[in-house]
Formats: sequence, C-alpha cells, structure tokens
Amino acid sequence: MKDHTATEHATDRTELINAVGLHARPSVKLTQLAKTFACRVEIALSADGPWVDAKSPVKVMRVKAPRGAVLHVRTSGPGAAAAADALIALVRGGFGEETNQPADLRHG
Amino acid sequence: MAELRLFGRSAAPGVAKGVVAVLDAARRPRREAAGTQAEEASALQLALSQALAEVEALAGRATGEAADMLGFQVAMLSDEELVRPALEGVGAGESAAAAWEAAMEVEIAGYRDARDDHFSARTADLEDIRDRVLGHLEPGGTGPVIPDGSVVVAADLPISRFLAIDWARGGAILLTQGSSTSHVAMLARARGVPMVVGLVGAANAMAGREALVDAATGEVVLDPTEATLAIFAAKADREMTAAAASATFRLRPAVTRDGTRIALNLNASSAHELEGLDPAICDGIGLVRTEILFHGPGALPDENAQYEAYRRIVAWADGRPVTIRTLDAGGDKPIPGVTVDGESNPFLGLRGIRLSLRHPALFQIQLRALARAAAHGDVRIMLPMVTVPAELEAGRKLLGEALASLARDNLPAGHPKLGIMIEVPAAAIAVDHFDADFFSIGSNDLTQYVTAAGRDIGTVADLADPMNPAVLRLIASVARHGRETGREVSLCGDAGGDVRVIGALLRAGLRSLSVAPAYVGAAKQAIAAIDLRDATP
Repeated sequence: MKDHTATEHATDRTELINAVGLHARPSVKLTQLAKTFACRVEIALSADGPWVDAKSPVKVMRVKAPRGAVLHVRTSGPGAAAAADALIALVRGGFGEETNQPADLRHG
Repeated sequence: MAELRLFGRSAAPGVAKGVVAVLDAARRPRREAAGTQAEEASALQLALSQALAEVEALAGRATGEAADMLGFQVAMLSDEELVRPALEGVGAGESAAAAWEAAMEVEIAGYRDARDDHFSARTADLEDIRDRVLGHLEPGGTGPVIPDGSVVVAADLPISRFLAIDWARGGAILLTQGSSTSHVAMLARARGVPMVVGLVGAANAMAGREALVDAATGEVVLDPTEATLAIFAAKADREMTAAAASATFRLRPAVTRDGTRIALNLNASSAHELEGLDPAICDGIGLVRTEILFHGPGALPDENAQYEAYRRIVAWADGRPVTIRTLDAGGDKPIPGVTVDGESNPFLGLRGIRLSLRHPALFQIQLRALARAAAHGDVRIMLPMVTVPAELEAGRKLLGEALASLARDNLPAGHPKLGIMIEVPAAAIAVDHFDADFFSIGSNDLTQYVTAAGRDIGTVADLADPMNPAVLRLIASVARHGRETGREVSLCGDAGGDVRVIGALLRAGLRSLSVAPAYVGAAKQAIAAIDLRDATP
C-alpha cells in the first residue's frame, strides 16, 4: 500500500476505525498534526480525489468522512514521507479515542 | 394577563423564576448601507477576530467535552477557508453581514444534510459561529445580550452561549427543540441549572414575560398569578433545603436512624447523564433505560453502538453493579417501525418483553451487546413487563443463544444475572412462580395497574398513589419472597425518590432503592430520618 516513489512524495491509505469517523475532534487533531509539517498534506476518500488540504479544518470537515471510510493521504515536499506516516499512524491509532470492533464483526 | 401553562420534558431539575429572554428572535443583518468593498472586508475580518477571541476565552475556562467542542469552534474560526467564500461575496458587492450569512448558509447546509449523525450534530456549532460573527457586524456590536438570571428561551442552545451566562445568578433554560441527552443538558445538570426541552409554545411570544419554571416536572407558567407565585416560592424553598441536604448527604452511605444499611442506586439513561457525577454517591446503577438508544434519527442502533453505550456506563460505575433493562418500548414509549401504532390501549398492549419476544433478531442484538458489556463489570439484565414465567424462560433461552454465538465469534462476554421487573400485578401476586435471579419493582406501572388509574390522566392521577395499601402489600409480599429465597429485591420507580413514600417502602421490607441522580441527597436524608424500630406505618 505504501508508495514512496520519491523523497518528495508519499501516498498511503487506511480505514477510519474510530467510533465517529473524521468528525469534529478527530478533524482538529488531524489538521493540527498536518500543520506541524512544512510539506503539502492532502486527504481524499478515493485515490482519484478530490484531494483537500489536510491543514484546513473547514475543508477536512466538508469531506464528512464517516467511520469505515478509507482515508487516502498524499504528501509532497520536504518531509513528505514522515508526514504521511504520522497521519496514517494517527488514524490507525483511532485518534487516541476509543475504537469499536472492526466493521465485519458488526451485527444488525 | 391570565397565566399560561406550558409543558416540556425535564432535562435538568430545579425551579426558577425570571424574565424570559428569547435567544434566537429573528435576526436582521444590515443588508443595506454597505461601505466600500475594502471597508466591508475589514469589518468582516474584525468581526471574525472578535468572535475568535471570545470563543478562545470561553475555551480556556471550559473542561472536558465542552472544551473539545469549543476547541473545534476555535479551529474553524482560525481557518481562513471559513471566511473565503464570504470575502468573495464582499468582492461581488455584498455587505459583510449579507455575504457572511449567505456563505455560512451553504456551509451549514452541508452539515444539516449530512447522513451521519455525528456531522449533523455539529450544525448547532456552525450556527453558533455564524451568529456570533453576525452579532459583531450589527450596530452596537456585541450580539444578543442575555441578562443574568434570565429564563433563556431558544430553539436550541449552543454550549458557547451556555458558558457565557453566569448561572450563579439564577435563571433557567427552556428549549422548544433540544434533547435531554445533549451536551448542554449534561452541563445544566452538572451546574444545577433548571432546564426543560421540547417545550410546546411560541418562543417569540414569550419574550419579556415573567416565567416560573419547575424543571423537574417540565412545567412553565407565564405571567403567574399571586397564588401560583406563592406555591412556587414554597417549592423553591424546599428545593433550596433539599439542595443543602444533598451537599451533606450525597456522599454518605444511606443508613436509617436505627443503623439499617439501605442500598441506594441510580436510574440513568446514558453515560452522558452520569458525566460529572461521583460514583461514590451510589451503590450501583439500579436501572438503565435503553429506550433512548432507539430514539435517535435513522436506523436502530447496531450491536457495537449499544455495546459502547453500555460499556461506558459500566466503566463509570467502577465495579458497582449495573442493572440494565432491555428495551421497554410500547405504552407511552413508541419507537417507529417496532412498536404497534393505534392500539386501543397501549398500556395493556404489546410492550416491554412482549415486544422484544416478537422481534427476536432485534432482541438478540441487545442481548449480545449486554453480554459483551458484562465482560467489563457486574452487569445484570432486567426484563420489563414480564407477566408469566414463560416470558422469563424465553428470555433466558435467547440469552443463552447470545452467549453461545459470542463464544463462536470469539468475542469476550460475561454471564450476566437475569432478573425481571415486577410491575404487572400478575407477576407481583405470583412472584414465587418466577425463577429470576433478582426482582426490581417498577412502582410507576405497578401502581397504575393496581389502581387502574393512569398517572398521566389528570382527573384520576390522585388515585395512582403508591401509598395505596394494595400497592404496599404487594411490595411487602415481593420483598418477603426475596428475603426467603435469597433473591435481591429493589425498587426503581419514582416512588423510590419520593421522600413522602420512602418510609413506607422500607417498612414494607425493601432495602434497595433506585432514584434519579438529582434525588440522591434528599433520599438519603429521608432514609436517615426513618427509624425502622418504630411500628408506625
């Protein structure tokens, strides 16, 4: 899944496993983390985009990414690989919030 | 002017008297008299920075969930993207206020129309941001001012507005919409602000009128008469006394004057209600109503959503027993798509366990979620409206199937005790026929079924009296059966929190009561005044 084609670019993707998706609190955490990197950081719900600026909480909230969606991360510029890794780790860690069981164990 | 009575649902108890301030009366942004484009653009930027400074100040003082929600508003207000569409409108010749309102309407619509509840719930935050900035664009500049001590009337109340009011000066919240499970309701309970939701009435017609609020019952009186004022003053006195008692008694164990220890548990509907409460005030949760989970917009809650809700309550209880009642829909608690509409007498119809057994798939989801929550603590499952032993046995069989399926799925689960509510007279009279692990008396329904009088029918409500000797005899007989067979017996209706009734309940042999969190102090105080060595009934 990881595709570090050059030091200047990185793409990766992961499922949103936290209970509420990319909702207010997770969005704020994601944008705060993205802003710590100098490179361009973008997210999308599909590899084809549309890509949005992961440093803008207004834009990230407009994506309305629900729990279970696959979040794509695309970075370019200095520190691109580290930025992509950090964002993916935040999402995989459930934004430090409580997570539910994986979707395939859900009933009803 | 004649007094006018309005009714809503209680979200936080307490009584208040004050002048009504309507928060969201029609706003009129100045669309006319726009300055030059540069003037309008800088007016908008100034209003945004003022709004940001206000919300940052509020966020600095807030804690917990409130701090998170305000942090979200700070992040949004700090993002240039929020104002970009409005600045484009200004560039096209609109006034700052008109451009801002139009741009925010587009932004808000994206939230309002979101299919996911977590996003649509943020609509109120976006509206709050919009209105706060608009307030700074209006002449005068500070937005709607709410005098301290006001009875605040609104469709809904954003957390930031709640926090900006000094509630120490009194006042109350009346919402025509709103929910008792909202964050604001949670804050209101924690701060002791009386709050009523779902109030029926025209909010704008209430502005400036004197209002009395009894938030425990959801009753509001506009332009009260002298007689009503006197009744409310007495009620407020009692509340003050009770509040003072709460402070003294809440954290002590419930013990009668003769030293008999009484288990005092809480009734709750969600973990939200418990936030900010110290678990040490109770011996456990005696009743978790699960209906609230089934009332949200959209689909019925799946297993994980239920599991998460139950687990949070179990975590709060910190090892204390938590008795969770399976879905008690029907009667006065309809759920679209599950309960039956148009029954000639819903209270004698398909409700409680009768309904759950008709929907085994739905019931199975709840039983699995409960058994999974039982892996985290002492969870007990309670079946409502049980009338014959076969219903308990059917419930036990389904619970066994739920446990077996969880084992197959390799999901951790506990083996919860299975008990029944005693609220149907047939079960109360023949309680020895039920092989339940515990019994919990639902005094509201038991009283209305024994007296054949509905509490919600004003003309006969005084007949629906838990002090009726027939009701007390049934309670005594259930308590005796419990003592003789080693089964716990508790009571979880409103009678348990009614200081006029508690003595009779203890004398009937009950040693465990479950009450709303707001009544813990008063109930413990009443218990402390009872001497069970006295023969007086």
